Amino acid sequence: MALPPLTRRNSDLPLAKDPTSRFLMWLTALMVYLAALALAGALLVSDMTRRWDSGLAGGLTVQVMPLPDSVQAAPLEERTEAALTVLRATPGIATASLLSSGDVGRLLEPWLGKEAADPLLPMPRLIDVMTNGPVDTAALAARLTSAAPGATLDDHAVWLADLRRFAGAMHLAALGIVALIGGAGVMAVIFAVRSGLAIHRHVVELLHLMGATDRYVARQFESHVIGLTLRGGMTGLLLAAGTLGGIGHAAAGLHASLLPDLATSPWWAVAALAAVPLAACLLAALTARWTVLRTLESMP
Amino acid sequence: MIRFENVGLRYGTGPEVLRDISFTLPPGSFHFMTGASGAGKSSLLKLMYLALRPSRGLVTLFGKDMARVKRTDLPALRRQIGVVFQDFALLDHLSALDNVALPLRMGGARESDVVEHCTEILRWVGLGNHLNSLPSTLSGGQQQRVAIARAVINRPRLLLADEPTGNVDDGIGMRLLYLFEELHKLGTTVVIASHNEALIRRFEHPRLMLENGRLHVLPAHASRWA
Repeated sequence: MALPPLTRRNSDLPLAKDPTSRFLMWLTALMVYLAALALAGALLVSDMTRRWDSGLAGGLTVQVMPLPDSVQAAPLEERTEAALTVLRATPGIATASLLSSGDVGRLLEPWLGKEAADPLLPMPRLIDVMTNGPVDTAALAARLTSAAPGATLDDHAVWLADLRRFAGAMHLAALGIVALIGGAGVMAVIFAVRSGLAIHRHVVELLHLMGATDRYVARQFESHVIGLTLRGGMTGLLLAAGTLGGIGHAAAGLHASLLPDLATSPWWAVAALAAVPLAACLLAALTARWTVLRTLESMP
Repeated sequence: MIRFENVGLRYGTGPEVLRDISFTLPPGSFHFMTGASGAGKSSLLKLMYLALRPSRGLVTLFGKDMARVKRTDLPALRRQIGVVFQDFALLDHLSALDNVALPLRMGGARESDVVEHCTEILRWVGLGNHLNSLPSTLSGGQQQRVAIARAVINRPRLLLADEPTGNVDDGIGMRLLYLFEELHKLGTTVVIASHNEALIRRFEHPRLMLENGRLHVLPAHASRWA
């Protein structure tokens, strides 16, 4: 005697054989891949901005340049001391530290090489300033120029503001890309579900006549779409992880600390990337349910 | 159980295929429905199993006026009706057991109960060895029995069969009609559309006779000689 099947039964609707099934899985893989890359880009920019912000906010740099012999001015060391005196007497400035020749040489090494530390090279003197209150930078720059000719003031806040604007634009662009990808995904699911309903209309009608609710039919489509998008989503995430790993490897070869290291990303950034296929899956399931319920409303 | 009053049906803008249909089927009754091809047997059955709505007139099912029933209430009503379709309407990709299980699963039955009950009823119709067989591997008579098992698995209050003996020889046809008799004895209201006069005359049941879209209800004794 034949035994009853022990495994989970097949879906009432033969959706797995539909031609739309295959394309939906690969389309989801592609969309999750692109969305994960866009999100990773936004996270990288965010992390980079945060690091630069924490390192540079509330800071100023004063540069005292060596002047040509033709210019009648005090020696570089005297002008540097004068600049330090002005800075330390200015309200709102917490510290003003002169960088050593070695520190300056290391800063210039990427451009000038090992020779940057050569004492014969006319190197500027750099003063790292930390503020603890508001500082009138225009007035300070004027006082510095007067006390120490050749001294210039670099306010980090100006280009940090530019950097923040750039990061904001990048975030918006990433958000827009993810929204576009989500929209395209929703349309793909609507198309696939409507095709499925059209192909299997006679089965759906039969199920209705046997007492199936619209919700029962919708669940069949939901399960099918969840299976496809989950498989596609995981594939896309794996591909994105491979791409990001490759980019991280290439960036590590630059010996530059400008780009953040993906391997040391915070847990929430990794979780956000891992959630992309789940979000795609949830969106697809909700879209499938909505599409089926809307379409079946017109059936008797 | 079922009451039709001056019911008319037309498809689109075509002529009326059913005209002024009036009858009442009491609970637990057994009726044959007869008529020439195109007389409207299938259309009348479709009105009974709520696949169609009448163009005019009143249809009352289980005491409810169908014109006033909301769409969301239809599934619960339909689950009280078992239908044996003329073409069996089995789902080709599902096994015999899964086909029979459809009404139970729609009703939210537990999977262990579904398997137990479906196995039992398939054995009852003589298909205990074909639980996992796909419809395409079964003969016409076997498919017919799967369709009947599916129609009755829910213990419906109303059983409608459209030409259930149309695709089987008289021997199997007789067995199927005896099967319906057994269900009738259990309290199910049965309506069987058939044009197999030889088989129908062996049973003492009233007849709904359709002729040119109009219905004549013949009592059991007259039915034998109709």
